[in-house]
Amino acid sequence: MHRRVLASDRLIAAFLFGCVLFNYPVLSLFDRHTTVLSIPLVYAYIFFAWVVVIAVMAWAIERHFK
Amino acid sequence: MLEAPVVIAVSLIYLGLLFAVAWWGDERADQKRSLIANPTIYALSMAVYCTTWTFYGSVGRAAVSGIGFLPVYLGPTLVMALCWFLLLKMIRIVKANRITSIADFISSRYGKSHVLGGLVTVIAVVGIIPYIALQLKAVSSSVSLLLSYPEIVMPNHSATMSVAADISFYIALILAAFTIVFGTRHLDATERHEGMVAAIALESSVKLVAFLAVGVYVTYGMYDGFGDIFERVNASPELLRLTTAIPSGKGYTGWFSLIVLSAMALLFLPRQFQVAVVENVNEAHLKRAAWLFPLYLLLINVFVLPIALGGLLHFVGQDVDADTFVLTLPMSQRHEGLTLLVFIGGLSAATGMVIVETIALSTMACNDLVMPLLIRHKRVAFDESRDLSRLLLGIRRGAIVVILLLGYLYFRLAGEAYALVAIGLISFSAVAQFAPAMIGGMYWRGGTRDGALAGLSAGFLVWAYTLLLPSFAKSGWLPDDFLTQGLFGIELLRPQQLFGLTGFDEIAHCLFWSFLANIGAYVGFSLLRPPTAAEATQATVFVDALKDAGPVGAALWRGRAKVSDLQELVARFLGPARAQALFTAYARRRGVASGVMPEADAQLVQFAESLLAGAIGSASARVMVASVAKEEPLSIDEVMHILDEASQLRTYSRELERKSRELTAATLDLQEANQRLQELDRVKDDIMSSVTHELRTPLTSIRAFSELLRDDPRMHLADRERFLGLIVSEAERLTRLINQTLDLAKIESGRADWNGCELNLKEVVEQSVAATSQLFREKEAHVELDLPDNLPLILADRDRLIQVMLNLLSNAVKFLAPGSGRVKVMLCLLADGLEVSVADNGPGIRPEDQQLIFEKFRQVGDTMTAKPSGTGLGLPISRRIVEHFGGRLWVESVPGEGATFRFTLPFAPVQEQALAQVAAA
Repeated sequence: MHRRVLASDRLIAAFLFGCVLFNYPVLSLFDRHTTVLSIPLVYAYIFFAWVVVIAVMAWAIERHFK
Repeated sequence: MLEAPVVIAVSLIYLGLLFAVAWWGDERADQKRSLIANPTIYALSMAVYCTTWTFYGSVGRAAVSGIGFLPVYLGPTLVMALCWFLLLKMIRIVKANRITSIADFISSRYGKSHVLGGLVTVIAVVGIIPYIALQLKAVSSSVSLLLSYPEIVMPNHSATMSVAADISFYIALILAAFTIVFGTRHLDATERHEGMVAAIALESSVKLVAFLAVGVYVTYGMYDGFGDIFERVNASPELLRLTTAIPSGKGYTGWFSLIVLSAMALLFLPRQFQVAVVENVNEAHLKRAAWLFPLYLLLINVFVLPIALGGLLHFVGQDVDADTFVLTLPMSQRHEGLTLLVFIGGLSAATGMVIVETIALSTMACNDLVMPLLIRHKRVAFDESRDLSRLLLGIRRGAIVVILLLGYLYFRLAGEAYALVAIGLISFSAVAQFAPAMIGGMYWRGGTRDGALAGLSAGFLVWAYTLLLPSFAKSGWLPDDFLTQGLFGIELLRPQQLFGLTGFDEIAHCLFWSFLANIGAYVGFSLLRPPTAAEATQATVFVDALKDAGPVGAALWRGRAKVSDLQELVARFLGPARAQALFTAYARRRGVASGVMPEADAQLVQFAESLLAGAIGSASARVMVASVAKEEPLSIDEVMHILDEASQLRTYSRELERKSRELTAATLDLQEANQRLQELDRVKDDIMSSVTHELRTPLTSIRAFSELLRDDPRMHLADRERFLGLIVSEAERLTRLINQTLDLAKIESGRADWNGCELNLKEVVEQSVAATSQLFREKEAHVELDLPDNLPLILADRDRLIQVMLNLLSNAVKFLAPGSGRVKVMLCLLADGLEVSVADNGPGIRPEDQQLIFEKFRQVGDTMTAKPSGTGLGLPISRRIVEHFGGRLWVESVPGEGATFRFTLPFAPVQEQALAQVAAA
């Protein structure tokens, strides 16, 4: 029971975390003409944040809803 | 190889393959070996979210607004983090009530209302039609493009072209036929289509592979990787703009509203509801889908921007629509195989969407629009006794054709004025109107039918006025004065600057006003009156879906019905054979022989109603069951009373569970305590028997010598003195034994006095060696000390520690050979404490005895020849003392080479801190 609550809380946290990462104003911080490994910063940032959010979700749900 | 016959043949073969997979899936489902009982297939079927909008349209969107194509995939990713709450609850509700569509869901929640179900159906159909038009537009332009190969000619659908000459009309018809064979081959009681889901999962894989293939080809084949494309872009300020988040410079409201919109679309699009909720075979599949589906979205988007930029660079100055880049880029390179693969991928994306969407819509249209009308006006159920399942299938097939033709009509009317994504967003905004009634219905008991009706109508009207009508106006089918001057020339009513609101794009504008109207009306009208009995019942069923509420519905039905009437009714919609089988299975489950019960109880009525609900929708099922049963209507007070009772029962049962858990815990505690007591009792018995045994030995000798002295008065003085000496030493041994037994008992019972203080171990060792020096001298043994100075202090009881040392030293001395004995006492520093070792060169201890010597009254050595010279308690006591202070006492020995007793003691806590500080400094 306790584990389920923990996993649920983690998923909600991942949701809120993602909402912050993918929206104004955090998003606007990366919106500048710079490149990372010759990829535009904002493009690289979104995909990176996306991977992180998916990884957190996978970790929270696969590991704790046994 | 891209001539028309080849393209058509490949398309038909592909559709045939899909059909074969679907057929196989249905076969397996009938054999109860489900093909789709697999979380990956579930996740892939959810990817029906990605239509030609994604496949062709994303690139077109990216060519205009850079990464602006992404928020519609970020929203679903975020909402999947909440799937364990939202989707799980929807799945439970749907399964418990045999709900088959989103219209049924809403109608069932608000008291099984026909009007509400009908309204939802109308909104869904009208809202989705642009979306279907989008698929037709994408497929027909991809076909036209292929047919003009090797030239790249943009398809031109002029409005004057006759329907008969229009390729998209035939595509609509083919899709309709395909959907009919796919989805309405038989009528299922739960409206599940396993074969369809399997085919959709296959299509999702195909479109992903096709898109990745073209992405890799463009990025690495036509250009030299991501870096190359972005570097070329740097040269053009016009393209460079596309690599920023908001190329339009209009701020982030548009971005945010797309995330919100797509999150709701993922939950409330009829096709997503169909695959994610209705077709779900196992709740646990949500776990995999929660991250696999977002991962799919990520993968299918990685190459969108490179393709868009690559296309803009490649076709610079040419008239090529960015919505077609995915296809025209490989065409321009004459890469025929890849072109065909892309075409098939696009076809997959379109057919997947059209099949699931029209099946979902046709189910709604049949159950929530046509059936209620038939029931009301033609009295189907009463007048006709024939099998109605064919009629139902006929209605659904008709609905599929009508929906696709409406999609075609919209495409002809408004399709040309908009890009693919813009058309799709109109549909997203429409289905988002379901959100307040759906989410409110699942979490708020106060929502009523009036509230839902008012909210949905208001939201739908605002949507139609601010988004749908303008889309007609912009394509010239409506006069566009009302766009620029407002309705009736009233400026405040301009549809896309309603009440003078500016600064939003049209989607954000529509979302704001429609939600304001929708939520406002939903909450406002819900609060006007208290829920009715039916609404309160359904509110409980929906809101408490995740609690184990038991069958609330059955508790709320009161009346009389004949089993035969119910079975006949079900048979009319599901066929007599199916009905017979279902009723027999139900009777067996309840433990009643079929046909024995003439009168149906509330649960059987509930069962029949849920069977019917699967076929004709919950509202119609309610009416049908009411037509064969004599029901006593319950008043709202009675309903509330029953619900209160149910919830009290739940509270009681929770309380009971808690109590019983506490009781179990207490019982466990008691059992443990009892076990401990028994253990102690056993130990006491052991000690008693050992002690009495050990006491008897010295007592026997004392008695024997005393008797000798008493019986022989003429004994020599020397003998007398010797015997008296023996008596004294045996008496001493007896005293020692008794003292040690008491000591051990004290330690074991935890009543011993410990005077712990910080002390220098070196002093203790030296003191002990000094105290035993006489013993060593007697045996002529040599004692060697290795005691370093300035060691840290330890926390222990000085007297007890001396007791340990004395014990170890006297033990060592005891077994030394006279004259050649050597004992080495060492003190050394460990990481976390000190270690003392006492090593002798005596006979040693056999490995099997090394544990025994620490047990009470165990003395090793040849007891037959050597008289035991100790009490057998010294080592056990020593070990307990050392352990009390957090240390360890053990022996290492090789027989013949001596034995080494070692014990460790941890540093005093303060000392430990001081050491740590020294180390840190």
